Amino acid sequence: MAAQKSDLPQGTLDLLILKVVALGPVHGYAIAQRLQQVSRDVVQVPQGSLYPALHRLENRGQLAADWQETETGREAKFYRLTRKGRAQLETEAASWLRLTEAVGLILGMSEGGSE
Amino acid sequence: MRWWQRLWRRKQMEEQLDKEMRFHLEQHIADLVARGHDPVEARRLARLALGGPEQVKEECRDARGTRWLEDFWQDFRYSLRTLRQRPGFAAVALLTLALGTGATTVMFTVINGVMLKPLAYPQPERLLRLQEKTDFSTHWGDLWAFTYPNFLDCKRESRSLIVAGFSSARGTISEPGDAEHVEGWEITSDLFTVLGVNLSRGRAFLPEEDRPGAPPVAIISYGLWQRRFGASPDALGKSLVFEGKPYTVVGVTPAGLWLDDGLPDVFIPLGQDTSAWLQNREAHGVGAWARLRPGATLAQAQAELAVVGRQLAEQYPKSNKGRTFIADRLRPDVSDVQSSLWLLLGAVGVVLLIACANLASLLLARAVSRERELAMRVALGAGRGRLARQCLTESAVLGLAGGALGVALAAVGVRPFVAFWPGSLPRAEEIQLDWRVLVFALAVSLLCGFLFGLAPALRVSKRELEQTLRAGSRTVVGGSRRLHGAFVMAEVALAVVLLVSAGMLGRTLLRLSSLDTGVNVRNILIGRVGLSADTLENPERTRAVWRDLLDRGRRVPGVESIAMVDTVPMREGDNQIGYWTTPAEPPQDKQPMVLANSVSPDYFKVMGIRLRKGRFLNDQDRLGNESVAVVDEVMAREAFGGEEPLGKYVWIGLGTDPLRVVGVVGHVRQWGLAGDDDRTRVRAQLYYPFEQVPDKLVRRWSELMSLAVRTSVEPLSAVEPLRRVLRGAANDQVLYQASTMEHLARATLARQRFLMLLFGLFAGLALLLSSIGIYGVLEYLTRQRVPEIGVRMALGATAGEVIRLVLRQSLRMILIGVGMGAAGAFAAGRLLQRLVEGMRPAEPLTFAVMISVFLAAALAASFVPARRASRVDPTSALREE
Repeated sequence: MAAQKSDLPQGTLDLLILKVVALGPVHGYAIAQRLQQVSRDVVQVPQGSLYPALHRLENRGQLAADWQETETGREAKFYRLTRKGRAQLETEAASWLRLTEAVGLILGMSEGGSE
Repeated sequence: MRWWQRLWRRKQMEEQLDKEMRFHLEQHIADLVARGHDPVEARRLARLALGGPEQVKEECRDARGTRWLEDFWQDFRYSLRTLRQRPGFAAVALLTLALGTGATTVMFTVINGVMLKPLAYPQPERLLRLQEKTDFSTHWGDLWAFTYPNFLDCKRESRSLIVAGFSSARGTISEPGDAEHVEGWEITSDLFTVLGVNLSRGRAFLPEEDRPGAPPVAIISYGLWQRRFGASPDALGKSLVFEGKPYTVVGVTPAGLWLDDGLPDVFIPLGQDTSAWLQNREAHGVGAWARLRPGATLAQAQAELAVVGRQLAEQYPKSNKGRTFIADRLRPDVSDVQSSLWLLLGAVGVVLLIACANLASLLLARAVSRERELAMRVALGAGRGRLARQCLTESAVLGLAGGALGVALAAVGVRPFVAFWPGSLPRAEEIQLDWRVLVFALAVSLLCGFLFGLAPALRVSKRELEQTLRAGSRTVVGGSRRLHGAFVMAEVALAVVLLVSAGMLGRTLLRLSSLDTGVNVRNILIGRVGLSADTLENPERTRAVWRDLLDRGRRVPGVESIAMVDTVPMREGDNQIGYWTTPAEPPQDKQPMVLANSVSPDYFKVMGIRLRKGRFLNDQDRLGNESVAVVDEVMAREAFGGEEPLGKYVWIGLGTDPLRVVGVVGHVRQWGLAGDDDRTRVRAQLYYPFEQVPDKLVRRWSELMSLAVRTSVEPLSAVEPLRRVLRGAANDQVLYQASTMEHLARATLARQRFLMLLFGLFAGLALLLSSIGIYGVLEYLTRQRVPEIGVRMALGATAGEVIRLVLRQSLRMILIGVGMGAAGAFAAGRLLQRLVEGMRPAEPLTFAVMISVFLAAALAASFVPARRASRVDPTSALREE
């Protein structure tokens, strides 16, 4: 374990899921894998909260799901983005970027440098 | 999947959830194995990463957002199961509820049909009633029927209204068939247009038929068409002789048409009537209805009418000063049944509340005995809100099931109830179960369910979990005992209110029935008479015909004496006029009022009215001789104070003044047994001879005349012989509305009798329900105290002491309830006094009797559990601990 892992900030899990699913229909396990790989093990995604989040997004109509065969020939539940989900992803992503930018600016201030 | 699909596809959904989790785990394990992990180790790691699968699943179920619905479904089925497990409890609860909601729904159905439903015309909200209104009030108030000239002006001037008018014109139909007296209306040609009613056959009147001299035409009711024309399509164009005048039938109204307070049988054009009163701007007698033209508003119409009113007041100050015209929504006039209906709904509502209190205490007792089960569930992780919801679902299911049964009961019961109503209930044909009734029943059942489910539900959320579990088999009843006490008190109080109200009504009825009417009501036949139309043309002839009628009537076997009278006591209708006792006529609103009856001399003999002083009227009192009058005791007192009334003079403004008082007779209860003590009514009475009615009034008076006949046989058996005698040469004179004086007197108490019967019924029901309630609660509380009683008995308490112990507990609750109930009954008594004629303030005796009845029943109900408690075997009770 090289780097210390941080917990996911509140509400970002949904955003990350939407982003991953936006790349194409994908099943739950793959989403977990993808999140782990992409975040290079920096962010701890608790697999236990992944599924409730998926069901919540499905319930809100941001994701749709159906059963398809995987490459290995097994049946899995594949999620894909709905139009509503895409819109949500765009607004959420934009506001996230604005927020991090602002936080970055504040953190980048030189100490006592306002004079 | 839609939310409602989830309810039915719960199982499928669970399978999919399980499959998804399994896929995840297996995939992960496969990956780990591929990376070189030992399979067993891989499985462990994968499970660790995912967390407890059941927890994840539970969170997924929550995430669906329809959890409450699924829970509700679960609770629903659970409560059905528990109800099935205890069929006895379920049956009692459902029956109580069904009776309560059923009775309430019947009352509401009637109220809905009679009072709430709009009139059955198209766009009823655009129909208006127009009236004249003065800025002064007479004895009859400040609202007037229109005079025909005023009506015509309003009709012509109004831009936003189509105005139609009508005037009552009852009379005799002599052809085709036997003579029959019917209700008739003179109407303007557009009455049916205004109402939006299409005739079932033929046509309405044309505007050009609504004029003097136009060919006489008539529209007949559906009923008359069936009765006299055998529903023949040829009736149109046939002739109908009404009041001696032939009319051509041009139309038939639809079946079941309802106008104002019933349906006239004959309609004729108002504009053809050339009577003098119709030209007079001071003779009021035309009713007016109107429909707003498209786009017009009520405010516009009212403003227009006000303008017309001002103009006419300037133009005709003598008749129209201070007079304007008003318009408001046309509503059915049901004022005389309204208060009875609300009173009964109130009484039924009280019964329903008692039923709710009963069920609440039953359910509470059950909740307490299930306390440990519920505590266990909380310990296992059930939320308290969730448990409270389960309790409420149970009671809602009970409430709705009871409500459904109640609606079924109401559907069966509403017709008999309407039939049972004394007299005819206005708009009875509108009384049906409709969506309003169903919404009402649904709301009532849900409310009931909520009311009796609330206590157990609140209890669930408050309970000290740990304490309950630790208490083991010993149950903690302290809190519930207080709540149970409250239910008993509420039931007792409500039942006492109903019992005392019923008692007051019964007492009133007894008192009223024993009153003296002032008339010997036995064996008197009363009936109206319609003389032939051409007889009425000539006053002298009219008098002769009346004399002849009386003579021939007297000879009918079984008739002892016969007389004519214009207003019959205790029947609908009265004749109030102003009088004065010195030659100068005081202004109208300063004149005292008297009920003036024009009679033939035998009237006093027929009615058995007692002579106090002087003499009755006799055959010498006719035109040409001195005008005379007989007054009653009330008038003697009011008009002459302590002075001798005989020989005094009275003026009544009929044109034969002054009238010399020749006799004083006993007072007759004109307003009925209940109503005559009402001091706001005119009670003074004066009798003057019909033979002295001046020529110009003979016709009108004759139209109003009734016969009063004293018989030696059953009065109604004399109707047919009399009818044959009266018929007249032209077969156009009829005796109608025959009735007996005994019946009229009884009918004046019909409302009181009806209310008393129903209140008695409801009070009985309340007594029964609350006794059951007291029994149930006490039985339960005593069972909880068995260990305590065992200890007491082990320490030497006797059976008598235990009985007293239990009775004391029950008596305390009952007495507090009775106290509250007595206060409520006092208020209810005030209400009854205001709404029911002849009610007196509640007497202490009524309270004492009714409350004793209740106490006896309540103590009897408490005695059974008390006795059972006294038979507790101390050893086994203590061993139970």
